[in-house]
Amino acid sequence: MSIFINKDSKVIVQGMTGAEGSKHTARMLASGTTIVGGVNPRKAGTSVDFDGTEIPVFGSVADAMAETGADVTVLFVPPAFTKAAVIEAVDAGIGLAVIITEGVPVADTAEFFAYAQSKGVRLIGPNCPGLITPGESNVGITPANITGPGRIGLVSKSGTLTYQMMFELRDLGFSTAVGIGGDPIIGTTHIDCLEAFENDPDTDAIVMIGEIGGDAEERAAAYIKEHVTKPVVGYVAGFEAPEGKTMGHAGAIVSGSAGTAQAKKEALEAAGVKVGKTPTETAELMRAILTK
Amino acid sequence: MDLYEYQARDMFEKHGVPVLPGIVAETPAEAKAAAEKLGGGVVVVKAQVKTGGRGKAGGVKLARSPQEAEEAAQQILGMDIKGHTVHRVMIAAGAAIAEEFYFSVLLDRAQRRYLAMCSVEGGMEIEQLAVERPEALARVAVDPLVGIDAAKAAEIVDTANFPEDLKAPVAEVIVKLWDVYKNEDATLVEVNPLVRTEDGAIIALDGKVTLDENAGFRHEDHEALEDKAAADPLEAKAKALNLNYVKLDGSVGIIGNGAGLVMSTLDVVAYAGESHGGVKPANFLDIGGGASAAVMANGLDVILNDPQVKSVFVNVFGGITSCIEVANGIVGALETLGDAATKPLVVRLDGNSVDEGREILAAANHPLVTIVDTMDGAAAKAAELANA
Repeated sequence: MSIFINKDSKVIVQGMTGAEGSKHTARMLASGTTIVGGVNPRKAGTSVDFDGTEIPVFGSVADAMAETGADVTVLFVPPAFTKAAVIEAVDAGIGLAVIITEGVPVADTAEFFAYAQSKGVRLIGPNCPGLITPGESNVGITPANITGPGRIGLVSKSGTLTYQMMFELRDLGFSTAVGIGGDPIIGTTHIDCLEAFENDPDTDAIVMIGEIGGDAEERAAAYIKEHVTKPVVGYVAGFEAPEGKTMGHAGAIVSGSAGTAQAKKEALEAAGVKVGKTPTETAELMRAILTK
Repeated sequence: MDLYEYQARDMFEKHGVPVLPGIVAETPAEAKAAAEKLGGGVVVVKAQVKTGGRGKAGGVKLARSPQEAEEAAQQILGMDIKGHTVHRVMIAAGAAIAEEFYFSVLLDRAQRRYLAMCSVEGGMEIEQLAVERPEALARVAVDPLVGIDAAKAAEIVDTANFPEDLKAPVAEVIVKLWDVYKNEDATLVEVNPLVRTEDGAIIALDGKVTLDENAGFRHEDHEALEDKAAADPLEAKAKALNLNYVKLDGSVGIIGNGAGLVMSTLDVVAYAGESHGGVKPANFLDIGGGASAAVMANGLDVILNDPQVKSVFVNVFGGITSCIEVANGIVGALETLGDAATKPLVVRLDGNSVDEGREILAAANHPLVTIVDTMDGAAAKAAELANA
């Protein structure tokens, strides 16, 4: 078991014929992901050869789903076209859309998130590395060779910190690691992942990585206190980071928090989450829980 | 990107939001000419800085004549307001204000939609109002798929308890402010105060606008709004090289890949610094995913040119980025610099092609480079070298 993706996930790639899309399709295939097609209206009917594996290109997400039974899409589409591509996938009735693209205007994300939510479609990202269920499916750009399957669930805003943490705990392995992305609006939150990990019988403990900005970590802390029975360890990056782009005076009022790393750390600790000072120390906290 | 007040004013005007005439000036003589152009009567001379509290700092002055406007500009230009030097003033036409209101629309990250906030008690610090009299600040959710149409604007003015006769004219201005928000790809439009003048007009007297830089591709005119002169010279250089760099005050130069890992590196260095004379990171520099040797070398060039830097910590976890490229970038940059390179480098590599990357560094055997296996250990070494 795992969350969101597993060995049965059938994945299509929107933007597969572009430079980033083709590079990462090859990597996803090499790590065992079941990729069943790509989408490009101008190249419908052709196929792309990935080291001997022919992947067909469809004219639309709907065509790809009808032909292949795909239930997951991953998007490597330039920012200007991301909104239309997500809406197409939602309209086609896909179950999960993972948006890797960095630099999507937040107004576009706000719109396609609201639309996806109204249709019951889960989005992950944008501006995220995607997610991996080691040994079963890898949707996005996470390197597959860091570690293998295990019983730790991981949720993080940051890609490289996800990789770092997987590396630190490579001897123990992961059920699923989800990079939810660092944009102001994201489709899947820390809380969504905590809930899914709590309900996943094959996850024993959870690592949650946060960073400055917004109040997602504070809300996650409140959620953990109420709903999560599995052990959670946390790490927060950004104690030394300069004050980010100000959202004007109104920003702080909305979040109800300064959004500082210190505030997030305190909120997590108040919820009973052990918080490490460095990624390595955080990994050691997890190791102590799982090997005691 | 935050706009100056005068830029926000111009943007409001473009979208039909009622504003007062205003002219920006960079010298006292220009300020005088601007006041004359505005009719020679009462004007307000306002410092243009991207921070609050201008009035309290003496950065806003009433002038009854062009001569007084010149004198006021003389006093305000060059003034320091919370670390911001005043390079420009706006000369704004005076107005007889009867009442002050507040309006803003912004991104609500938690609810993943927009939020409009509005109050009949404007003018004061809005954070203070939100704390002291939260009931006086109306908060109305805005659906991104609908926006602020006439019905939503009516809901906002109702919720804020505007008097009946003001509801329609204020709602009309709110719809136009939404046009600014939507059509300019803003993440914040704030008007404080929104005023009613004695002759009954509703006017946006002071505006804050934050634009979404991700949407720059569909707003060619936004690049001109950027204040390039205000950037730190090292930041400007880094930006020209397409590097994500922020200058800080410490002495340990930092290069890493991925914003999260680099932020974490700053923290780990500061933590290690507690045992080494309290040294701190000198910068944030993210070379991004899949960086080439050239990008790595550019990053090193920026950091080694920072006179505050005493040691450098290169912290890379190769996901897409190959440690071979990182190692080649370091070796190449040090070769180019030759004797000009004098600062010690601590390098920690892991992940994609780590063995090959470490071999390249070991083979180069540069006297300034120390390879350390772990992130915490490398941070401690870099902090120690900066404190030597």
